[in-house]
Amino acid sequence: MLIDHPLLGLRDSSEFIYMGDAKLLNRPNWKSKNSNTKFIDYGYLRKNPAGEHKELWYHEQGDRSWLVVTRNTVTHEILKVELARYLKRKANAK
Amino acid sequence: MKYSGIKVLWEGLRGNMGWKPLWRNPDPKKSYDIIIVGGGGHGLATAYYLAEKFKITNIAVLEKGWLGSGNIGRNTTIIRSNYLLPQNQPFYEFSLKLWENLEQELNYNSMVSQRGVLNIFHSDSQRDAFVRRGNAMLMSGADASLLGVNGLKKMVPFLDFQNSRFPIKGGLWQPRGGTVRHDAVVWGYAKEADSRGVDIIENCEATNFLVKNGRCYGVETTKGVIKSKKVGVCVAGSSSQVMGKIGINLPIESHVLQAFVSEGLKPVIPGVITFGAGHFYVSQSNKGGLVFGGDIDGYNSYAQRGNLPVIEDVCEGGVALMPMIGRARLLRTWGGIMDMSMDGSPIIDKTNITNLYFNGGWCYGGFKATPASGFCYAHLLATGTSHHNAKDFLFNRFEKGMLIDEKGQGNQPNLH
Ligand SMILES: Cc1cc2nc3c(=O)[nH]c(=O)nc-3n(C[C@H](O)[C@H](O)[C@H](O)COP(=O)(O)OP(=O)(O)OC[C@H]3O[C@@H](n4cnc5c(N)ncnc54)[C@H](O)[C@@H]3O)c2cc1C
Repeated sequence: MLIDHPLLGLRDSSEFIYMGDAKLLNRPNWKSKNSNTKFIDYGYLRKNPAGEHKELWYHEQGDRSWLVVTRNTVTHEILKVELARYLKRKANAK
Repeated sequence: MKYSGIKVLWEGLRGNMGWKPLWRNPDPKKSYDIIIVGGGGHGLATAYYLAEKFKITNIAVLEKGWLGSGNIGRNTTIIRSNYLLPQNQPFYEFSLKLWENLEQELNYNSMVSQRGVLNIFHSDSQRDAFVRRGNAMLMSGADASLLGVNGLKKMVPFLDFQNSRFPIKGGLWQPRGGTVRHDAVVWGYAKEADSRGVDIIENCEATNFLVKNGRCYGVETTKGVIKSKKVGVCVAGSSSQVMGKIGINLPIESHVLQAFVSEGLKPVIPGVITFGAGHFYVSQSNKGGLVFGGDIDGYNSYAQRGNLPVIEDVCEGGVALMPMIGRARLLRTWGGIMDMSMDGSPIIDKTNITNLYFNGGWCYGGFKATPASGFCYAHLLATGTSHHNAKDFLFNRFEKGMLIDEKGQGNQPNLH
């Protein structure tokens, strides 16, 4: 698989480390209500879809940035690649 | 149908015209006592033990493809009971004991071959870890012994003992481990379940569950609605897909694992050998092909095929351990989709919907578990309580923080 890194262009997926569902970016607030249940969900439960999946890839053997890759888990087709830090900044600005 | 030496002789004299299909091909009835969704090894073993040990025979096994189309027909056929943790090891030893008597019990030749499993170690700390594991194995009633370099040189002289990066220091040896003809396991369980009255319904996909007031009372299928008092899900790599129909998220990611077979060679590899410094394991099939594998590809996948970097990695591991196979040519590779659970261990449990049960999360190690998984799942379905060898394989271990994490990797499925 080739991942179209927003800064570096097409890179071989073996340069990356896979971290799974991008929901990991949204860590629950430990002070919120039911934070216990939220952390169980955050830590352990996954939708694990057959089809489009937003997931985290870490460019360890490159520029060490975290990417959010939208990939089809049935065909391995990569649909979108974004820098996680930009997404996070955008979300925080809101 | 009963197999025997006399039957083989008799059929040989009559031009082999008397062999019959091993199971019927029935249409589904309107309702059953128990429906098992998924006709892989675990589903069929469950049906067999329900019928044989718990005398429940009004059962249907629904399989969306044909029997053996899932992981049971794709794995590398290794059986062993060399786990470390007390929640796992007695279960796998129970399974190995069931394997040892399986062919007699099912009257079917599944080529259970206890040719031994050898885990190589390459450093002092690895030896310590293997000594500890070996002791855990002995304490569960399994067999294990530690071999030094001299012992290994007699048994497997072709290893690269002097490898400068990963010199070989010894191995953990389990003589009772080995290999089994994987699809003969499906056929054997199917034959004996069927002969006890279980309906095996192929090409029948469960598309949804019938649930009312928090109780499950049947399934919708591609062959219509079928009611049932209890439903047991047992669909290996499709667990999240099937449980997702009723909104249950599982502590599971689906990953692809590849397997490899070389061209046929003369007998060279005596048992199962695993590399301790990289991910590579190998055995030799009765036809002579080297059957080997290694790591999962490492990203969520439902594609049933893997990518080249892992093929390269596995082959490098193989050549580092036993350079003699460097010239063997690769004949076939394929992939299977597995439930990688958050701690690398399985789940055999009730769900929060009454009468709906779940068996899954077997990662890459569910083949060896087939008999015990079927037995313990049958126990749960029939009695409503966990079998003592599977009492820790529960959903709530994640919220309780009581993970069964053999490798100590934490909640990252692709590292287990
Ligand atoms: C390459 C590879 C190598 C492996 N090597 C080993 C090994 O050496 N040792 C070991 O112990 N384990 C090994 N495993 C793991 C082992 O194969 C699996 O854990 C085990 O087979 C899973 O249980 P099963 O046999 O019930 O699965 P399956 O055979 O996959 O059964 C599940 C069945 O459910 C069916 N199904 C799915 N959805 C539905 C639906 N909606 N309705 C009806 N039916 C449905 C599927 O078609 C399938 O037939 C390996 C796996 C792979 C992929």
